[in-house]
Amino acid sequence: MEHKIRVVIAKPGLDGHDRGARVIARALRDAGMEVIYTGLRQTPEQIVSTALQEDADVIGLSILSGAHMHICPRIMSLLEAEGLSDVLVVVGGIIPDPDIPKLNEIGVRGIFLPGTTMQHIVDYITEHVRSRVETS
Amino acid sequence: MKHSTPSATRARPAERKEPFTTVSGRVIGPLYTADDVSSLNYERDLGDPGEFPYTRGIHASGYRGKLWTMRQFAGFGAPEETNERYKQLLAAGGTGLSVAFDLPTLMGRDPDHPLSLGEVGKCGVSVSSLADMEVLFRGIELGGITSSMTINSPASMILAMYLVVAEKQGASWQGLSGTLQNDILKEFIAQKEYIYPPRPSMRLVTDIFRFCAEHVPKWNTISVSGYHIREAGSTAAQELAFTLRDGVEYVQYGIDAGLDVDEFAPRISFFFNAHSDFFEEIAKYRAARRMWAHVMRDRFKAKDPRSWKLRFHAQTAGVSLTVQQPYNNVVRTALQALAPVLGGGQSLHTNSLDEAFALPTAEAATLALRTQQIIAYETGVTDVTDPLGGSYFVEKLTRDLEEEALAYFDAIDRMGGMVEAIERGYPQKEIAESAYAYQRGVEAGDRIVVGVNAYVADTEEPIPLLYIDQSAAETQLARLAEVKATRDDAAVRRALDRLRAGATADANTMPLLLDAVRAYATLGEMCDVLREVWGEYEEIPVI
Repeated sequence: MEHKIRVVIAKPGLDGHDRGARVIARALRDAGMEVIYTGLRQTPEQIVSTALQEDADVIGLSILSGAHMHICPRIMSLLEAEGLSDVLVVVGGIIPDPDIPKLNEIGVRGIFLPGTTMQHIVDYITEHVRSRVETS
Repeated sequence: MKHSTPSATRARPAERKEPFTTVSGRVIGPLYTADDVSSLNYERDLGDPGEFPYTRGIHASGYRGKLWTMRQFAGFGAPEETNERYKQLLAAGGTGLSVAFDLPTLMGRDPDHPLSLGEVGKCGVSVSSLADMEVLFRGIELGGITSSMTINSPASMILAMYLVVAEKQGASWQGLSGTLQNDILKEFIAQKEYIYPPRPSMRLVTDIFRFCAEHVPKWNTISVSGYHIREAGSTAAQELAFTLRDGVEYVQYGIDAGLDVDEFAPRISFFFNAHSDFFEEIAKYRAARRMWAHVMRDRFKAKDPRSWKLRFHAQTAGVSLTVQQPYNNVVRTALQALAPVLGGGQSLHTNSLDEAFALPTAEAATLALRTQQIIAYETGVTDVTDPLGGSYFVEKLTRDLEEEALAYFDAIDRMGGMVEAIERGYPQKEIAESAYAYQRGVEAGDRIVVGVNAYVADTEEPIPLLYIDQSAAETQLARLAEVKATRDDAAVRRALDRLRAGATADANTMPLLLDAVRAYATLGEMCDVLREVWGEYEEIPVI
């Protein structure tokens, strides 16, 4: 049986604007992935623990509030501590241009800004998760 | 009757697409005629402006008597920075203030709470005690302006801080005017900035109704908001339906709390989105007035005509702004802003061109205000009241939106009310379906978004953006520490104990919160007391 890509979609921080997270969750599910949506106000610890329990291939974070430079480094270091460095981490939301290379540097791979299509995100995940599986 | 007009049955030349739909997916016919509005009775269904059911407006003189309030929502960083922006906006001809709070404030957390990390002053201004509120309005006479405050779960605490600042300035509460958003139901439905479960949250709302009816009679105690429902992806009809049904719920809870309907209903105001679909938006505002007039007179038996009149603020659609070719956003906003003006709104916020990226720069915020001034003074649209009244198309759309919204009323009434519907996740699911359908439409190319999926530019120049650094958080942490070091801790403890006792019993929370605020209790401390008593709400996540 073909392995379904397992994605944890999470909303860290205090923000409650979840339209994007929910639309993307639907799109990934309709594209055949197994989607676990954490709901709102998840701490980095909760998100990483969900990824561990759910055996996630991908973590998708939705951040609109400007807190990404506080949240993402924390999540990346927790993943490393748990031995989950091979989990593909992507972020969607409002990310100012100067922060993009900084996020790439700490290992956040896909960064999806407003106007990104759902199809692009599906394709990106499909492509980058496969390469992870192949190299592991 | 579905467009059974002679012109519609005649053979038509090929059209550009099939079908033509509004941004909400409503199918629009090629032509509307007298047949489409033959069931309408002018006196009964429209009425002159200022006359029941107020379809044509709540004021007989429209904007000839008074223009709408140009109220630009603003707030960022520490209170010092926002205070400066307010003074600029008032100097530029703004006629009211509108406070945007940061996420920790909206969630009732102090800047030193772990969950506030990275969020202080980012999406709005940080206010955690009376000391912050005093800085926010320094040099601004609260008796001489009106202020709108976008705050919901901790609305009572923030109102208490505002009232104490006014008190210290020597302004009378009796004359004080402004608006508190205080609409917790749409938080559960759409924006998700809630703290307590629905029922104790509704008690806080009715406590404010009762307190203000007596002590701050000119204050708009609630702004029942469709804006966030629409931003979350609803259709125009869903925005209309859920917002007005939320309004019904508040009135019912007020009556159940023992208030006379005419005592508090005149202070209820509304807040709608001004989205891109021009005629559908105008029809939405007109339908809202007619529906509210009937609900208040017929369902709640209100006697005071002020209870029948729906007054509303509008804001252009943030969700329509694009990061691609951001100057296009100026044009979008101007066209969107025209709809609530033609729809008879009382107050308007126009978004800035850079708001898909960040909070606006001062220059972008000024341009947004100028957009309203150009509509008000150069286009001539304000010279006549309800200029589109009697348009076959607009009247038909108004009726169709009303009927669709009334069907939602029936569904929600059958569930037992809006609180019950929210607990079942009903409006949340309806909105999520619409949001997903819209996004698929954009990706299929059925909907053109200029600069995004058509007329795309190869390269784009970056625009100047407002950047909020960590200095706001440092200022706020320092002031919070100073407040805690200099206040009378025993007085704070006594006030918080009285608040706990009052909340556990049935006392009105407002006077208790005013005392806590006067003692410089922090927002987080006051909210935590109520968290202990009522617990916190957790949504069951659905996709």
